[in-house]
Amino acid sequence: MSEINADLVRHLAGLARIDLSDAEVASLTSELAVIVDSVAKVVEVATPDVPATSHPLPLLNVFRDDEVRPSLTVEQALSGAPARDGDRFTVAAILDEEV
Amino acid sequence: MAKDALLDYDTAIKLYEPVIGFEVHVELNTRTKMFCGCANAFGQGANTNTCPTCLGLPGGLPQVNGKAIESAIRLGLALGCEIAENCRFARKNYFYPDLAKNFQTSQYDEPIAHDGAVVVELESGREIEILIERAHMEEDAGKLTHVGGATGRIQGADHSLVDFNRGGVPLIEIVTRIIDGAEADAPEVGRAYVGAVRDLVKALGISNARMEEGNVRCDANVSLRPRGSGTLGTRTETKNVNSLRSIERAVRYEIQRQAAVLESGGTITQETRHWHEDSGTTSPGRPKSDADDYRYFPEPDLVPVAPSREWVAELAGTLPELPASRRKRLRAAWGFTALEFQDVVNGDLLDAVEATVAAGAAPADARKWWTGELTRIANVQGVEASELVTPGQVAEVAALVASGDLTDRLARQVLEGVIAGEGSPAEVIERRGLRVVSDDGALIAAIDQALAAQPDVLAKIRDGKVQAAGAVIGAVMRAMGGSADAARVRELILERAG
Repeated sequence: MSEINADLVRHLAGLARIDLSDAEVASLTSELAVIVDSVAKVVEVATPDVPATSHPLPLLNVFRDDEVRPSLTVEQALSGAPARDGDRFTVAAILDEEV
Repeated sequence: MAKDALLDYDTAIKLYEPVIGFEVHVELNTRTKMFCGCANAFGQGANTNTCPTCLGLPGGLPQVNGKAIESAIRLGLALGCEIAENCRFARKNYFYPDLAKNFQTSQYDEPIAHDGAVVVELESGREIEILIERAHMEEDAGKLTHVGGATGRIQGADHSLVDFNRGGVPLIEIVTRIIDGAEADAPEVGRAYVGAVRDLVKALGISNARMEEGNVRCDANVSLRPRGSGTLGTRTETKNVNSLRSIERAVRYEIQRQAAVLESGGTITQETRHWHEDSGTTSPGRPKSDADDYRYFPEPDLVPVAPSREWVAELAGTLPELPASRRKRLRAAWGFTALEFQDVVNGDLLDAVEATVAAGAAPADARKWWTGELTRIANVQGVEASELVTPGQVAEVAALVASGDLTDRLARQVLEGVIAGEGSPAEVIERRGLRVVSDDGALIAAIDQALAAQPDVLAKIRDGKVQAAGAVIGAVMRAMGGSADAARVRELILERAG
């Protein structure tokens, strides 16, 4: 059985900045447990001679030349910003615990 | 902010063994960013170098900058590291507005370079080998400006402004292993190590290596181990210490602060700390906790990097003479004392002196001009000495002093003229009429005139008060516009008075 419990789900939600209700925590706890257990089954069949894969294509060393390509204009870059100040994005000071 | 209690440094070292470690971030000078074709440029208008990839917009796809990989391999080799046969990028997940993607593309368990060593030399001549655990590739974050705080720092800010031009700029993070045995030299070891890394990346030409522009940044880990104890103490990590002098000060401060906490029966909190350049102190940042749960996983949008052994060997062939061996070679060739050589190195004048010697000057003369007068003027003008004049011009002036055509004083005026844009040394000498007056007749005329004008001085000299001649020397030098050899003038005055 997996080690997924309600506290861990709340912890992960906190890290991901997702606000979950108690009911959502309960349902996610059981759903995530099923997912983790399923992955664990795959791990069981993977023998040491099966290399870990993070990419489905057998590609290596895909590099780009170091040549400048056009960037967005400042207006384009800021067009989706909820708030701006001149040419910069405005964001909340999130580290008030550091005061 | 409450002021930290500090224990006297010597007492702290007597009671505790400092254990240190450093993470140095080097910003590469590639033309473009790590994963997109936006320009990697400092000092441009805010948010002018961004695209969907470095802004983390939907649909943006990263593409690895091959030049950055090449730079990372060359740095890894210069650090004596092994270059991984296969490595990957990983996502380091965290929420902070300096990266809009909510993760930093970095490397986790598979760094491109690992297990190296750098030997640093301290001013005392002591050499310490710093073991390198790893050097990995990642991207820089955007620049936050905190608004509302008194000094633009995080503390007290009510909101922040973000410029993503720097977001995605290629970085190499170099992580040392734990350094123990530095003892009381720990602060200097920090400075020397970071200085060595800076010199290295500069010599390799892979970074602009300007610490004041943040091209080389250091996080300093410090902990204290009670003497005789086998266990490591709790460490703090002081972030973004961005000058060599600050690194030394920050390490020293943390040693004294932690020792005071431990001596008063307290415990050290594992935390990041902020360095305050103005007050020379550190203050607590966030405690190491949730925020360090980065949930790394392999970056699915990038394929592995597997540098062929042929490529690595080829890059090894491109390494220049490394700074440490170059310094040893030059010091021996020039015959400088440790202190004299240190002056040149500290002034960042190695290139200038080397080029001046190559242009024909004696090493001692080249050193004297660069570390003396030229450094003085550079400090006054707030520029680098090497921006003032060329090594060729310094060599030319030194040659004229050596041949007796210029006195040191005249030579200073010549350099002053060259710096003021009056032309080459020869042109300045011509225009300002600065050649030494070696014509005794002209000198004697000026001396006789000066003596006649100051009969009391003449009487004193005749009474044997030779030091009174100084007033006459001054008058003669003024009359000659400074273009006389003071020693010769003095001789002649005594002759004429006697």
